[in-house]
Amino acid sequence: MGNMPSAVKHCLSYQQLLREHLWIADSVAGALDPAQESSQLSGLPEYVKIVEVGPRDGLQNEKVIVPTDIKIEFINQLSQTGLPVIEVTSFVSSRWVPQVAAGATEISVFGAASESFSKKNINCSIEESMEKFEEVVKSARHMNIPARGYVSCTMGCPYEGSITPQKVTEVAKRLYDMGCYEISLGDTTGVGTPGSMKRLLESVMKEIPSSALAVHCHDTYGQALANILTALQMGINVVDSAVSGLGGCPYAKGASGNVATEDLIYMLNGLGLNTGVNLYKVMEAGNFICKAVNKTTNSKVAQASFNA
Amino acid sequence: MGNMPSAVKHCLSYQQLLREHLWIADSVAGALDPAQMADHTEVMKGIRQYPGVRYPVLTPNLQGFHRAVAAGATEISVFGAASESFSKKNINCSIEESMEKFEEVVKSARHMNIPARGYVSCTMGCPYEGSITPQKVTEVAKRLYDMGCYEISLGDTTGVGTPGSMKRLLESVMKEIPSSALAVHCHDTYGQALANILTALQMGINVVDSAVSGLGGCPYAKGASGNVATEDLIYMLNGLGLNTGVNLYKVMEAGNFICKAVNKTTNSKVAQASFNA
Repeated sequence: MGNMPSAVKHCLSYQQLLREHLWIADSVAGALDPAQESSQLSGLPEYVKIVEVGPRDGLQNEKVIVPTDIKIEFINQLSQTGLPVIEVTSFVSSRWVPQVAAGATEISVFGAASESFSKKNINCSIEESMEKFEEVVKSARHMNIPARGYVSCTMGCPYEGSITPQKVTEVAKRLYDMGCYEISLGDTTGVGTPGSMKRLLESVMKEIPSSALAVHCHDTYGQALANILTALQMGINVVDSAVSGLGGCPYAKGASGNVATEDLIYMLNGLGLNTGVNLYKVMEAGNFICKAVNKTTNSKVAQASFNA
Repeated sequence: MGNMPSAVKHCLSYQQLLREHLWIADSVAGALDPAQMADHTEVMKGIRQYPGVRYPVLTPNLQGFHRAVAAGATEISVFGAASESFSKKNINCSIEESMEKFEEVVKSARHMNIPARGYVSCTMGCPYEGSITPQKVTEVAKRLYDMGCYEISLGDTTGVGTPGSMKRLLESVMKEIPSSALAVHCHDTYGQALANILTALQMGINVVDSAVSGLGGCPYAKGASGNVATEDLIYMLNGLGLNTGVNLYKVMEAGNFICKAVNKTTNSKVAQASFNA
């Protein structure tokens, strides 16, 4: 770069990001001096658990069928990033037996806050689905296998439009009472905003402790990080995301779906919140899977870093 | 725009800035194509100026200012930077030299009762220097405010800011400049723009810059995005129940028009979700 003074750095690129930020797996990663950390946004949790849903939710919504060995390699790469939870795959069956036989040590059940969505998606009413889930969750608990509950359409339904926070609370509480250790509230079509996120959580948190709640925001309308920030400010500290923002939106062709794990980590690092996740390694895994499925990443952090 | 209250400001988009601002040859910003602004006078005279909407133009020096006024400009802007390297690379002079030029422009504008807006680039990081201290930004912003700019727009030029750095920046600047005289100009290069804007709103800022369709990439990271999309911003503000006076549908139509005209895909997620549904 010729006569550029030593103080002048190369355009803020991936390399510079690495030089100026610490991406250390098990410590607070970010651009802050210890002296500055005390001025981070108040009321935020110290540690945020990221639940990586890329291999399941993400790939399930991608058009290209990914070969098994690629999936395995992808998940193995993610396992080395510090991500504490990686949703591996799905056994779509009301029976837990096949899952356990295959070595599953944790299971999930998917409910919905919308009758129409429930019928269209899993061919039964909310009530019928809860009865099935009850069997599954109780059996899992007998075997000391934790069960996580998901509620779809918590901020809107592609068929019914608005969904009341009260309805979501009712379904979430049902899943919590039957024994799910954590309830992930999903904004299935990404229509939520910080306003609706606040109203939703105010309602749900009357019945379920914040420590048992997670948010699963979609970025279809670009609102995901703002919604997640709002949830963090209200005491939620578990966030679902997908590497590279894998998974489109089946309800709006060409629209995006999951929020990108890289972009989420970038924000959390900037807030000085501990995640235990190495952003650099997550970006590598994202780069790997995008090449494998021949798609452009949906992560803006990746776009800005790999193309600089 | 009919009954828009006088307090509601027009969204100042970057592309709009370029269309409606005079881009003078001797102050061309490094990575931008001056040819795009060659029709400045024609545009200025050709557009229909709606009542209640303001149409500022960029005037980095006195010569530009006089030409702008001759072409009918009723509001002007000056662009400073919180980074010496960026200032030198972008407008070929140091921060101090640029402030002296702006002082001439702003004082002349005020004599003619023409409002002047000040911009500060690189408020949350610089593509050449890396981190920028909030204190440096405050110094430059205050200089612009003291010379007579009615509003200072704090720009996250490379989009590296996060809610954490936004809070630290505003805490510093708001010690010297009232929040009512501040605006945020966030780039979405790392996907942080709406979260950063939300943080600014929570701290009392109520003026936000954005660009329809998220027009304008990032000259510092090939393929990366730049401006935050006006449609996505409005979607969030509507969801928060905040009044903007802006019709999202009409903004989307304008975005659709310009994207077709320049043959590019919109950067607005709201538009992507809506036009493809």
